[in-house]
Amino acid sequence: MRNSMTVLEFTAVVAIVSFVAGLLGSLTGLGGGVVLVPMLTIFFHVDIRYAIGASLVSVIATSSGAAASYVKEGFSNIRIGMFLEIATTFGALLGAFLATRIPTSALAIIFGAVLLYSAYLSRKPRPPAQRNLPPDPLATRLRLNGSFPDLEGERSYNVQHVPTGFSLMFGAGALSGLLGIGSGAVKVVAMDQAMRIPFKVSTTTSNFMIGVTAAASAGVYLSRGYVDPGLSMPVMLGVLAGSLLGSRILIKAETKSLRLVFSVVILVLGLQMLYNGFWGKI
Amino acid sequence: MPAARAPVPTPQPLQPQPQAQPWDDHWIEVILGNLLRTGVLISAAVVLWGASIYLFRHAHEPADYRVFRGEPSEFRTIHGVIQSVKDGRGRGLIQLGLLLLIATPIARVAFSIVGFAMEHDRMYVAFTLMVLAILLYSLLGSGLGV
Repeated sequence: MRNSMTVLEFTAVVAIVSFVAGLLGSLTGLGGGVVLVPMLTIFFHVDIRYAIGASLVSVIATSSGAAASYVKEGFSNIRIGMFLEIATTFGALLGAFLATRIPTSALAIIFGAVLLYSAYLSRKPRPPAQRNLPPDPLATRLRLNGSFPDLEGERSYNVQHVPTGFSLMFGAGALSGLLGIGSGAVKVVAMDQAMRIPFKVSTTTSNFMIGVTAAASAGVYLSRGYVDPGLSMPVMLGVLAGSLLGSRILIKAETKSLRLVFSVVILVLGLQMLYNGFWGKI
Repeated sequence: MPAARAPVPTPQPLQPQPQAQPWDDHWIEVILGNLLRTGVLISAAVVLWGASIYLFRHAHEPADYRVFRGEPSEFRTIHGVIQSVKDGRGRGLIQLGLLLLIATPIARVAFSIVGFAMEHDRMYVAFTLMVLAILLYSLLGSGLGV
């Protein structure tokens, strides 16, 4: 896979890899963007800035493409989403400007650390859902509390720790803008663990937010010349097709072992990114 | 999901109560979801169209992304992209598709303002305007609009 590849070969191979990444990302719920940048830089020797630009574009495509199917379930909370988007878009803008200033080896090291953390988080058992929490005054003022259809009928929930969640979301946005990923891992921490939003609500709301967050940094990336059409095209089309297929064939039984495999892949890629970053190979 | 609608002895479980929850979030989310999907499909189609021109012309050239050079201005600004589409360039069309893709979530945010305004929720109209301002700054203020 050295530079002897022609445009046609390169496009075909990158499209296939992106398709698999999108499929696995959607089946495991871990997102495809997180493996794309390391794959492109490690195996295809793509400059990390081009890889981030292409990944960011694919993140918008998957988030927006999946929104219609998520919406049918009716779990997402549009107010939580919009309120937290203030933090994520602002963070994303800052992250994108930072990305144009810091050295690529530092980008690789941060990316490696995020990958290791995502791998750890995907193996950690989810904390038990706490029900019937008392309403928080700030969350009530911001009208963040809501309800969603559950097996026993409408289940209502009260959002907690709004300032902590908001700050974490700013961080998630900054990482998204810096690394061109959806940063689902940080969003999960913010919404599940800090704000105590029920899982079904937080995953669907977070999906809605990812596209908007990525759009906030995409403008900066495009205008700085990080978005290459020849590279972004197979990445975006491949990831989109893979994730759309993945959302249709969600097989519950297989997901568990698939998650294990995928988190091992994330772990290995994370170590490789750290190595490349520290030894200046990027 | 229909499975959730077991006959529970609650009064009028699914009737839309007049102004109890002011904005019936669901219908607006369905519209937003379809808006997003339509935007993605249109942009994917434009990217594919551009891809076929680009691959037809450049299939056998070497592909090399090892060294970062930055894109030329025709692929970095809205004006440049439109110009290269007019010139019939494949990569210009791909870039136009990507611009449409970026515009899709922004359209969703803009549409949400209408929803919150219809409900007289001034706080959320203000929040949404803030988000829209950040998005438009990124898209137009960072040099893309030049």
